[in-house]
Amino acid sequence: MLLKGKKGLVLNVTNKNSIGWGIAEAAAEYGAEVGIGAQNADMTSRVQKLIDGNDAYKLFEIDFQDDAQMGVLVEQVKRTYGKIDFLVHAAAYAPREDLQGRFIDTSRAGFSLAMEVSCYSLITLCRAMEPLLNDDASVMTLSYLGSTRAVDGYNVMGVAKAGLESTVRYLAADLGDRGIRVNTLSPGPVNTISARGVKDLAGILERVHERAPLKRPYGQRECGLNAVYLMSDLSLGVTGQLIYIDSGFNVSGR
Amino acid sequence: MDRNEVFEKVKKVTIEQLGVKEGEVNESSSFTEDLGADSLDVVELVMALEDEFGADIPDDDVQNLKTVGNVVDYLAK
Ligand SMILES: NC(=O)c1ccc[n+]([C@@H]2O[C@H](COP(=O)([O-])OP(=O)(O)OC[C@H]3O[C@@H](n4cnc5c(N)ncnc54)[C@H](O)[C@@H]3O)[C@@H](O)[C@H]2O)c1
Repeated sequence: MLLKGKKGLVLNVTNKNSIGWGIAEAAAEYGAEVGIGAQNADMTSRVQKLIDGNDAYKLFEIDFQDDAQMGVLVEQVKRTYGKIDFLVHAAAYAPREDLQGRFIDTSRAGFSLAMEVSCYSLITLCRAMEPLLNDDASVMTLSYLGSTRAVDGYNVMGVAKAGLESTVRYLAADLGDRGIRVNTLSPGPVNTISARGVKDLAGILERVHERAPLKRPYGQRECGLNAVYLMSDLSLGVTGQLIYIDSGFNVSGR
Repeated sequence: MDRNEVFEKVKKVTIEQLGVKEGEVNESSSFTEDLGADSLDVVELVMALEDEFGADIPDDDVQNLKTVGNVVDYLAK
């Protein structure tokens, strides 16, 4: 059991399609205790149904735009687990309008909101949780290739993901003195509630699977397995890195 | 697939996803008004239907799928 004795958080999960849920399930399968986050009361009652009766999981409520709630979360996590070994940031948001039109028309409010929820939230989360992180703990977030390439329909979210990937490198520099690692997982497109906000998701998915070197699908499960690697001692010495989980699409010249 | 087969599958997925009773689901049932679905329930139902039918149902089309019958028509095409 690679993660036996390890405890940590996966924030947030909406339903069984969430990448966060794929990560939580894999972590639990490999022996970890997993605290799962849900954004509000409605989501909490939905996610409760996913974890009912399984004591590998605990449920916490957290909206990253609410600083007071972040304080409450830290207290709850401290009471529940004491210290933690991993912290997974799996949350992003941009207003739908800003993902549907031309990038050049991105609204000021939409830009700020996308940056705050999808990028700044990793900074606040790490700052709040730093005292609870064990030495050698593993922090990770989720990004997408739209950070470095102009992907149709990804728009302002791509800019937020570029910021997020940079944030990971700066956090890796800050937290490295205690051996704490900060890395990025970058899956190709996966059919989740958030991804459905992107125009022509089905077309993007089809093109990726057509051109990717690996002729096997990737998805929530593969994200989970790579997250287990980053949570485990197998990845000691690795920080500030980005792992693509896209069947190799990002290197294909096809 | 004939229309009736599509209806039976849509009914099965609807019952599973929304936790409603078999007798409540007929062609004219509205997901939100009759079967108590909120907007997130509708998206999850659509995603479950995509899995069941191996189909893509873009969000732009979802707006027009108000009743069970609408979905059956859409998928039977
Ligand atoms: N699905 C994809 O194709 C894909 C590809 C690459 C990266 N990602 C990233 O993976 C992560 C998880 O997304 P997903 O695709 O599983 O979708 P999802 O909709 O299942 O998860 C997104 C989560 O973000 C949370 N969230 C949004 N705003 C929040 C806020 N203000 N405070 C707290 N939580 C908030 C939601 O509650 C939800 O649980 C995101 O960072 C996403 O950008 C997704």
